[in-house]
Amino acid sequence: MKKENDHGKHKYGMVIDIDKCTGCGTCMVACAAENNVSVRADQSDKERTITWMRLYKISNGKPFPHTEISYIPRPCMHCDHHPPCVSVCVATATKLDFNTGIVSQIYTRCIGCRYCQAACPYGARYFNWWDAYFPKKKGLDRYLTPEVSPRMRGVVEKCTFCHHRFMRAKTVAYAEDRREIEEDEYITACTEACPAQAITFGDLNNPDHEVARLIKHPFTFRLLERIGTEPKVYYHSSRDWVRKLADNFLPGEYTPVVNQTWAEEEWSTKPGRDEF
Amino acid sequence: MDSPLLPHGVKRCSTWAFFFWTLPWLALLAWGGLSAFLCLWKGLNQTNMSNIFAFALWIVFDLAVIALGAGAFFTGFLTYIMGKKELKNIINTAVIIGFICYSGAMAMLGIDIGQPIRGWFIFWHANIHSMLVEVSFCITCYLMVLAIEFIPIILENRKLEEIKELRLFGHNLHEIMAVFAATGTFLSFFHQGSLGGMFGVMYARPFAAREGFYIWPWTFFLFVLSAIACGPCFTILCTKLTEFFTRKKLVPDSAIQLLAKISAWLLSLYIVLKIADYLGWMYGVVPRSGLTFESFFREGPYGVWMVVAEMIFCGILPAIILMVPKARQNQAWLIIACLLNCTGIVLNRFLFIIVTLAIPVMPFDRFWSYLPTWQEWGIGLAVVGYGFLLFSAAYRYLPVFPKERELNPITE
Repeated sequence: MKKENDHGKHKYGMVIDIDKCTGCGTCMVACAAENNVSVRADQSDKERTITWMRLYKISNGKPFPHTEISYIPRPCMHCDHHPPCVSVCVATATKLDFNTGIVSQIYTRCIGCRYCQAACPYGARYFNWWDAYFPKKKGLDRYLTPEVSPRMRGVVEKCTFCHHRFMRAKTVAYAEDRREIEEDEYITACTEACPAQAITFGDLNNPDHEVARLIKHPFTFRLLERIGTEPKVYYHSSRDWVRKLADNFLPGEYTPVVNQTWAEEEWSTKPGRDEF
Repeated sequence: MDSPLLPHGVKRCSTWAFFFWTLPWLALLAWGGLSAFLCLWKGLNQTNMSNIFAFALWIVFDLAVIALGAGAFFTGFLTYIMGKKELKNIINTAVIIGFICYSGAMAMLGIDIGQPIRGWFIFWHANIHSMLVEVSFCITCYLMVLAIEFIPIILENRKLEEIKELRLFGHNLHEIMAVFAATGTFLSFFHQGSLGGMFGVMYARPFAAREGFYIWPWTFFLFVLSAIACGPCFTILCTKLTEFFTRKKLVPDSAIQLLAKISAWLLSLYIVLKIADYLGWMYGVVPRSGLTFESFFREGPYGVWMVVAEMIFCGILPAIILMVPKARQNQAWLIIACLLNCTGIVLNRFLFIIVTLAIPVMPFDRFWSYLPTWQEWGIGLAVVGYGFLLFSAAYRYLPVFPKERELNPITE
């Protein structure tokens, strides 16, 4: 499997700059609108609502004036090589595409056993506890994306890196007699919508793409790297406490890259932040 | 009223008494029926399961009854393959309990999946890498084996036996039962194992993840061992419960004692290996994930006490009681030990299912808790009601206990 993937030409991934993220939630809204994510009249039961892209609020836990708050937007990590959810699926309803690195979900094949949800440590998979609902009175039915199939009750769904946009870009490229798509031709809805431009999307295997450069930065990290899921979603932060919260560490295990924080040193304003 | 259907030479309660006895179990079934209807009609939103608790009460029930029902294949293995003749006195009980447990679990799984109509996709689009596929294949096949093992017992009914063809068929089935016992053992080994494997392979959930041998995590072998350690104890418990309600001795002590002794050895071996597994996990998987044993139990109702209860009170203690001949020959101690043993295994399954999911893996995520709805309890308890009903009917109309007549001669 590994060998096959290493030969894969493309490996789409994302770098999210947590230092730029304001926690506005536009990515969540854009994602839900783009991907026909069903809503409920009452969305307050957060254990059962569907948010392919979800914002987590994190804090350094220090009292004022050293308090710092940040947000971690969490789409599906599209784990590489051996995603925890793929090998467990009973009906082969989820698959890692070795040509794009995207972990897909076939809704019409999913039987709703939810084993994939149990296996995913990121909580990136969502089950349809109710029938799909797009209130007509509010005009939500008119906003449905025709390229994305809505999901039926009783199946699991997840972020697809807006796979339909990839298909669209490929179709355009083929029509123009090209075999490759350009960097800006295929980006996800959250990437496009982020007002702070905190999200960068592209081919991690392509050295010309911005993401390929960003993932080499020492401030770039992934969530739960130690357990070996190899996510294709990367994060970027100059603050150590943020990077430390991305994984579990035993005392003394974490080695800071630069042991400075914004509040204490106003480090972000100094030249050099982006010069690594 | 139904006296022509009752076995020869044994005493049974009146039809009315039997009817009243079935009422509470029928009520449980009705409760379960309503719950199942609601879940199938309105969807799984009728439960308190969530995106965090993707597996919940039903899966705990499933894994528990499948482990407890392991008495069927293991007693079959001991009787027909190992040639332990005295167990012929209890094999029928074990088979019926096994059938109840497995059919109940299958019915529950049918409601638990979000798209029950697509259940067959497991076989049609099978992902051979998934432990759950192995579980599904083996359980389905084994349920068929159990049905085949159950048929000769049904055919021993007084009225059915009068039909020559059926009698001959039943007799011939009896003759080749060793083949089915062997098949059942093979299938059960793999599905009990893969049920354990299901959790061990979740490598991104450090609480459940285990290393192992080749493709099988240690939980694979531990689940097999724990099932065959508690299965016979559950068979003993059901026999003792039947003896209590019927106020009769139904199975000779030799069979019970043999099962208890075998259970003692298996449980002891299991506990030793389970301790090794816990230690290996605490010093291997856990620190590698940047965690400590205590970090799993920092918040929520699921504390270290569960592990202590599982290992000491429901593991080492029943193993000692069952191991000491004098203790296991005492009825009260035997029952306590069997109860503790079964509780320990259920607790083990609970830890692997509920606690695994309750503990967040991401450091900034929160701990969740869960309480089932009445619909979930309804479906879980319906299996209990179904078990009581089927076993009571089997006891009433079939010669389940071969030594019943001999142990309870009717003196007119």
